[in-house]
Amino acid sequence: MTAALAEKDPRSPAAPDSATDAPAPPGRGARRKNRRERAFDDVPRWQIYLPLALYLLFTLVPFYWMLLFAVRPAGSTSLVPWPITFEHFEKVWTERSFGMFFENSMIVGVATLVMTTGIALAGGYALARFEFRIKNGFMLALLCSQFIPGALMLVPLFEIFKNLQMINSLGSVIIAETVFQLPLSIILISGFIKNVPVTLEEAAWVDGCSRFRAFCAVVLPLLRPGLIAVGSFAFVHSWNHFLFALMFLSEQDKQTIPVGLNTLIGADSVDLGALAAGGVIAAVPVVIVFAFIQKWLITGFSSGAVKG
Amino acid sequence: MGAPPRRLPYLLIAPAGLLMLGFIAYPVISVFYYSLQNYNVTKPWRNGFAGFDNFTRIFTDDPQFWTTLGFSARWVVVQVSLQLALGLVLALLVNQTFVGRGIARAMVFSPWAVSGVLTTTIWMLLYNPSTGVSRYLADAGIGSYGTSVLSDTGTVFWAAVLAELWRGVPFFAILILADLQSVPKELYEAASVDGAGRMRQFFHITLPHLRDAIVLATLLRGVWEFNNVDLLYTLTGGGPAGVTTTLPLYVANTGIEGHDFGYASALTTVAFVILLFCSILYLRLSKFGGDTK
Repeated sequence: MTAALAEKDPRSPAAPDSATDAPAPPGRGARRKNRRERAFDDVPRWQIYLPLALYLLFTLVPFYWMLLFAVRPAGSTSLVPWPITFEHFEKVWTERSFGMFFENSMIVGVATLVMTTGIALAGGYALARFEFRIKNGFMLALLCSQFIPGALMLVPLFEIFKNLQMINSLGSVIIAETVFQLPLSIILISGFIKNVPVTLEEAAWVDGCSRFRAFCAVVLPLLRPGLIAVGSFAFVHSWNHFLFALMFLSEQDKQTIPVGLNTLIGADSVDLGALAAGGVIAAVPVVIVFAFIQKWLITGFSSGAVKG
Repeated sequence: MGAPPRRLPYLLIAPAGLLMLGFIAYPVISVFYYSLQNYNVTKPWRNGFAGFDNFTRIFTDDPQFWTTLGFSARWVVVQVSLQLALGLVLALLVNQTFVGRGIARAMVFSPWAVSGVLTTTIWMLLYNPSTGVSRYLADAGIGSYGTSVLSDTGTVFWAAVLAELWRGVPFFAILILADLQSVPKELYEAASVDGAGRMRQFFHITLPHLRDAIVLATLLRGVWEFNNVDLLYTLTGGGPAGVTTTLPLYVANTGIEGHDFGYASALTTVAFVILLFCSILYLRLSKFGGDTK
């Protein structure tokens, strides 16, 4: 005890020196001593807040800029969005059909979410719990499909949907989005299921549950964070994805929000206020989903998913 | 009890398998098939078997293939390395304990959810020469009025890089932060007792632990950055003067606007082989799944 105190003593008188003749922040010596005593990861606060503040500036200024253009009157150059006007939103929602695009995007997003999660749950369970002959081949196909550029599949996909008479129906986009979401979703979900001990399920079988009931009662609740992560991925991706909708939906009343935004971007004289308002409408649902899931996203991934 | 256990796994993978056969495998095979054909809807009289003519043309008679491939390579390398570096720093920052961590995480990760088209929307507003940031900077005496970074061949690359970084960094930060949660705390405590500083702890504990996650994330992201056309298609349209045309954009132009689907299919095949080869090489060189863990 006394030895420990003696060892620290020579350090504390040194602290005022460094504070007076060096530009180091005051109290640095004391903090360093604290770190040694307390937590191993206790970093000086300014080393966290300064870089974080700089990065936040880079992240938030673009959002702010969009919001600014969306709510200030046309022709204004003020950097403060006051007084607020909703004229751009009204214009974009009705005249530019964003109300309709919003509904279409919502249908595509929710349908893709439901289909992807359901199908991937079945496939992931098979991969996690069974040995079967084509298992390795199926895994390989899932991995290889990651290298296939969706953009380059546009023409053959277009021909397929034309033959199925699904061009200009939201179904074509829902199927295409689901198919390209599936491989990664199956890999992720099978990783989550592997983390649930088989013994839990076996105990339920012994109690007389069928495999399906045991799965619903025992495994499904434990998969919640993972399923939320996978489902929100599917929703956000299909909400955001642009090329399939652009190619397969040529009728205006079937188009989705990214296509609508692209039309505004490509206009001869871009209406910046309308464009910004359209951007805000496109951002709101995904930002809400994101705010809701971001905690689960980190726990979902960290439960070993990425490493399968 | 439903289906017998022997058949159950097949039933379970059937929906995914059938969808992927119909909408991934079949299009891929048809691309391979058409790459050996002359197939152009505007010149139907020339349609027919072409052998390897399309491939010969790619490698001997198509300077645009090489320039777009070069741009794609540059784009992928710059994006992935910058996104990884910034994402790593960001993940380490928000992994610390500090006041306001939850809200800080939510804010710095938020561009992850933003689409390519929306990124274009936002950055077009920022880059706009008359109402964008450059105008306010010029008001303050920095730079000059009328700077349009997107129509200048000298600045357009970095302007596009910045926009893509803005939405790309959170992907790395989220994955790395997730993996950081699984580093055993005792390792740091032991290293701390042994007198290892923060830098040494980072290089000897954190980085080796993150290796597999980093390799996988960079690979997935590299492939994704190579294939994805949303942002460049809407932000620059491949211009000005074609300097931001990636290989997939070139393929899309050839196949969809030029209607030369046979040649576009051959380009696709070449791109796919290059991508696969680079990925395998990358996994080998990085010793993915190696013995350090």
